[in-house]
Amino acid sequence: MGLVQLFFSYFKDLVGREVTVELKNDLAIRGTLHSVDQYLNIKLENTRVVDQDKYPHMLSVRNCFIRGSVVRYVQLPPEGVDIELLHDATRREARGG
Amino acid sequence: MSWAGPEDLLFSTSLASYLDKKLLVLLRDGRKLLGVLRSFDQFANAVLEGACERAIVGDIYCDIPLGLYVIRGENVVLLGELDLDKEELPPHMTRVPEAEIKRAQKAEREATDLKGSMRKRMEFLDFD
Repeated sequence: MGLVQLFFSYFKDLVGREVTVELKNDLAIRGTLHSVDQYLNIKLENTRVVDQDKYPHMLSVRNCFIRGSVVRYVQLPPEGVDIELLHDATRREARGG
Repeated sequence: MSWAGPEDLLFSTSLASYLDKKLLVLLRDGRKLLGVLRSFDQFANAVLEGACERAIVGDIYCDIPLGLYVIRGENVVLLGELDLDKEELPPHMTRVPEAEIKRAQKAEREATDLKGSMRKRMEFLDFD
């Protein structure tokens, strides 16, 4: 249970960053991370679809809510990741439970 | 059922900001629904008023009216807010009547099925 909270906390710190969310249906959406919740649902703003021609219906969508259960990857800017901090926090969570 | 306190709204990705807005809802089966969000809950169950299905096949599309819809959250992929100042679809796309889009969807389905069955028949050849 603690480890899910770890990613929730981690994403909260990434609010305001540009991310690309790749969904299980292969749709990939780039945008600014607006908010995240305990289910890792994601709200993105100022969105652009990767490979827009394949998804004409998404043309006028600029903000969206993505259900956490359909996310495959969240691609982050490398500067946005303090991997040592994340590593330490994970070890602590795994030990403490 | 208790209403969310202020701290819940701060940390939860609330759909409240989408209420009464025209949304595009993508479903897991690939369908695209449009409608005005009237209700939602913590599972992303949603009520869409004046819903329609936007069926797209290649460059043709049709909006099939559905009325008042309750969507079970587990089927929801994405809820997108439509920017009313922007075109919803690229200009080269043509709106067609429902009968035509249904025919096009059937043809597309048959082409996919044929492709699938041909691939199955080729499997014994054991390509890398």
